[in-house]
Amino acid sequence: MICMNKEHSIEERLWEFIDGISSAEEKTVIEKLLQTDAEWKAKYSELLQINEMLASSDLEEPSMRFTKNVMEGIAKLHIAPATKSYINKKIIWGIGIFFVTMLLAILVYGFSQMDWSTGESSSFTEKLSKFDISKFFNNTWVNAFMMVNVVLGLVLLDSYFNNKRKQFRKEA
Amino acid sequence: MSTGLNDNDLISKVLSGDQQAYAGLVTRYQNYVFTLTLRMIKNREDAEEVAQDVFIKAYKYLADFRGASKFSTWLYTIVNNTCISFLRKKKLEIHSLDNEGVFEVADSRDSGFRADIVEQKSRQSMVGNAISMLNPDDAEIITLFYKNEQSLDEIAQILGLEVNTAKVRLHRARTRLKEKMETHFAHEVKDLN
Repeated sequence: MICMNKEHSIEERLWEFIDGISSAEEKTVIEKLLQTDAEWKAKYSELLQINEMLASSDLEEPSMRFTKNVMEGIAKLHIAPATKSYINKKIIWGIGIFFVTMLLAILVYGFSQMDWSTGESSSFTEKLSKFDISKFFNNTWVNAFMMVNVVLGLVLLDSYFNNKRKQFRKEA
Repeated sequence: MSTGLNDNDLISKVLSGDQQAYAGLVTRYQNYVFTLTLRMIKNREDAEEVAQDVFIKAYKYLADFRGASKFSTWLYTIVNNTCISFLRKKKLEIHSLDNEGVFEVADSRDSGFRADIVEQKSRQSMVGNAISMLNPDDAEIITLFYKNEQSLDEIAQILGLEVNTAKVRLHRARTRLKEKMETHFAHEVKDLN
């Protein structure tokens, strides 16, 4: 086991040396070991041979018609516009502002509906603990109104993006 | 023609409407892409079809290549995604094979390869055959490191790994390759020494 680990460690250090990613200090140590240690020397020449074989081996070649087939495949294609050109930052900001505004409106409305007089307790944390959260959304009409707004906003956004996509396809 | 131009020049030409300039890029990278697809799919016909598909997709989305990385690095992401989609469609096993599985594949191929190797005594075909016996992850990292001359930093980036993890994976892949060569091509390796 120890022997296997030792061999593994030698290989690892030698591969780093061969790949040229050893530190300067490590490089000096290995160079010295290669001159003095027969085991290291033998392992180094073995790994070096594999490295050379790998470096000199050829890539696989596809058929002769490969390029022709690709060129035929793209003949009727158009290059799609870059993604960044149809994702408008203003739209993203618009969506963000829309949702933040909605959230703030709901919070302001909710707080305005709350009963802040909580008897004799004066501590803010005490008051906070007695808040009736159900008062936030106690009005069915308000909830329905908000929901319709959100759905409407999403539908409008969807149709806007659809139009944009069609426009870009036409241009392409 | 366009062979003297670098990748970015060719891409600019293609983007400005010179479709024929794309042939220069295909010719330059066809072996690299085909080798990678073959390593993952392990069937020449399918690999060639997928490799063609890679170039067609790359053409279609060429405007998205911003030149921040090498063209080959960008191309690799398309290779990877296309191969995974293809294998999913074919319902093939995409996960790396375990060692036993690899040996089974290797054993089944060994008899077919041996005759070739004895005849050719070719160092290159032996290495190629040994690589094809590795699991796709090992074959992939060896191909990226040796065939596309990418640094470990670049390999780590395109594989979405830490540099150290990529280093360990490369080391393990080479160790397994060495084992394959010693197990299945011992005679040929001896001849080469």
